[in-house]
Amino acid sequence: MTDKLITAAIVVVGVPGVLIGYIWATEQVLRILPERRRPAIRPWLWLAPALAFLALFLVYPMIGTILRSFQDSLGKTFVGLDNFFWFFGSADALSALKNNLLWLIFLTLFVVGFGLLVAVLVDKVKYESFAKSVIFVPLAISMVAAGVIWLYMYQYKPPGAVQTGTLNAAVGVAGLGPIPWLQIEDFSVNTFMLIIVMAWMWTGFAMVIISAALKGINPELMEAARMDGATEWQVFRGIVFPLLVPTLVVVSTTMIITALKAFDVVFTMTSGNLNTNVIANEMYAEMFKFGQYGRASAIAVVLLLAIIPIMFFNIGRFRAQEAVR
Amino acid sequence: MATVTFDHVYKRFPGDVVAVNDLNLQVADGEFLVLVGPSGCGKTTALRCVAGLETISDGELSIGDQVVNDVAPKDRDIAMVFQSYALYPHMSVYDNMAFGLKLRKMSKTDIDARVREAAGILGLDRYLDRKPKALSGGQRQRVALGRAIVREPKVFLMDEPLSNLDAKLRVQTRAEIARIHRRLGTTIVYVTHDQVEAMTMGDRIAVMKDGLLQQIGTPEELYTHPANLFVAGFIGSPAMNFVTVTTAGGELMMGETKLSLGGEPARVAAAQTPGKNLTIGFRPEHLVLANGSDGQAMRFPAVVDVVEYLGNEELIHARAEGNDIVALLPSDRKVKAGDNVELAVPLDRLFVFDPETEKALVS
Repeated sequence: MTDKLITAAIVVVGVPGVLIGYIWATEQVLRILPERRRPAIRPWLWLAPALAFLALFLVYPMIGTILRSFQDSLGKTFVGLDNFFWFFGSADALSALKNNLLWLIFLTLFVVGFGLLVAVLVDKVKYESFAKSVIFVPLAISMVAAGVIWLYMYQYKPPGAVQTGTLNAAVGVAGLGPIPWLQIEDFSVNTFMLIIVMAWMWTGFAMVIISAALKGINPELMEAARMDGATEWQVFRGIVFPLLVPTLVVVSTTMIITALKAFDVVFTMTSGNLNTNVIANEMYAEMFKFGQYGRASAIAVVLLLAIIPIMFFNIGRFRAQEAVR
Repeated sequence: MATVTFDHVYKRFPGDVVAVNDLNLQVADGEFLVLVGPSGCGKTTALRCVAGLETISDGELSIGDQVVNDVAPKDRDIAMVFQSYALYPHMSVYDNMAFGLKLRKMSKTDIDARVREAAGILGLDRYLDRKPKALSGGQRQRVALGRAIVREPKVFLMDEPLSNLDAKLRVQTRAEIARIHRRLGTTIVYVTHDQVEAMTMGDRIAVMKDGLLQQIGTPEELYTHPANLFVAGFIGSPAMNFVTVTTAGGELMMGETKLSLGGEPARVAAAQTPGKNLTIGFRPEHLVLANGSDGQAMRFPAVVDVVEYLGNEELIHARAEGNDIVALLPSDRKVKAGDNVELAVPLDRLFVFDPETEKALVS
């Protein structure tokens, strides 16, 4: 106990101390330099620690992963593109890839759609901030906890038994069911059930960002459109929506990346069984269940390659938007 | 084209704010009416009531023969030019002007004809493909006007459309709006806080303060016959001088100075109970340096404080019996700071107000 307190005290005092010390030290170093060169050098000195950490914990492992994706399960011998051939030849991996595509399309649609709907609907009501807080709260829950919560929502007991799952209880009131939500593989119903969990979590995120963009639109534009003879729907279609498009694109790309990285919800709720597997879960299984380091690394590389173009697009959009301001 | 009629119109906001208080006003068909007053006087709210962007709390508002209390803005057939212009940023100049026509399901050829005609009038032909961001302030202002013109509405509403322009452009655009009004003959309700704009543009001017209509009339009527102290001080630049005088035994005293009055002002002064205060007003441009011979004038001594040279004229800031006096004199008078002068106002240029009711007794 005392040990921990001492550690905590060292951290609380030490971390800011080291930080201040570092800034002081950089200023000492800068004094040696001629004055006019200092502004060019100073930001790099301030960035240096962050860059060092990024290099150590992001760039170095990334390079390691790429190397390992060309090696065998133990990381001893190079096997060329074997791991990638395995990936695109394995039914399991391809099923995961197909599921990821569903995630990518429908998570994005659900989140952006509901986020936009809620943002627009609550925009003019008195209890706006309350409504927004309620929608936003799920984002603060850990994904594992959300998975557990929704396991109870979807819980299935055989017909005749008391239905403790919220959804089946509700369906039972209507005289239907019970329905084994997470076990229906037809039309990937169970995957959609998982996507709904994630959409429930992320709708608040989309709503907050879209809502902020909505508030940024000059209300006189909408008034001008009304004076021009537009109905409320035409005001939305003709003025509000086009002005929100850049924001919707940024939220969409963020959600696409989130969909590609989907793991926690799948892992906690179905472990990828019954055709609900996704790439990230497949990677986890290869790595820690089967010890296939090479294959797991290859999956990671595929995921990385899929995300990179979207990331560049997102950064590009973001810059364009900043330039407009 | 149509008339606009306010019949005992009230607009109350939550928290006991009465933005428009019992407004009665008729804008004639084809008239250019200016609503003028200091900020917060209710002029913009009154305009937004006509637009339908604010619902009125009480009374009746008509456009033409139609009572529009419960008519949505889109169905009122009026166009508005906003202070911020409110151009649709994602549309070209052409589409900005065509938006309202498209909503009315007008044919493409008709839309094209109207947009090009308006662009011709406003000199926007070369900019039709540009987005608002790529235009100067003056050009944006003209697009906002164009968007209103193409609609050929019953009434134009303009909310301080010139306040974001620089001084030179403002004078130009002022003339341009007047020209457009002459050409189209559409009823215009125009809101401004600038009395120069009001005087130069309006067929009639309605002066508002604290939600109350103070006076309505032609620019000349407001200048020569202000109904009360507020209108007298608000209309005219530089503003009218006011001095407080006391009636004592048939005499009018401004501090230690006895004022000799004649004609109408004297009769009004004599009718007051002794000891009562009066406010006398006179415009800076009506003050002259007394030369002893002008009998039909009110005269008083003053000490020159500051002289502002304006070229043809000089603005004299002087003190007389504790009152600040501003006089506009021809610059060949060679008045210098520190000079003792005697100023005179022709009697027919004097205004007399009751300081308690603020109403004009002589104007």
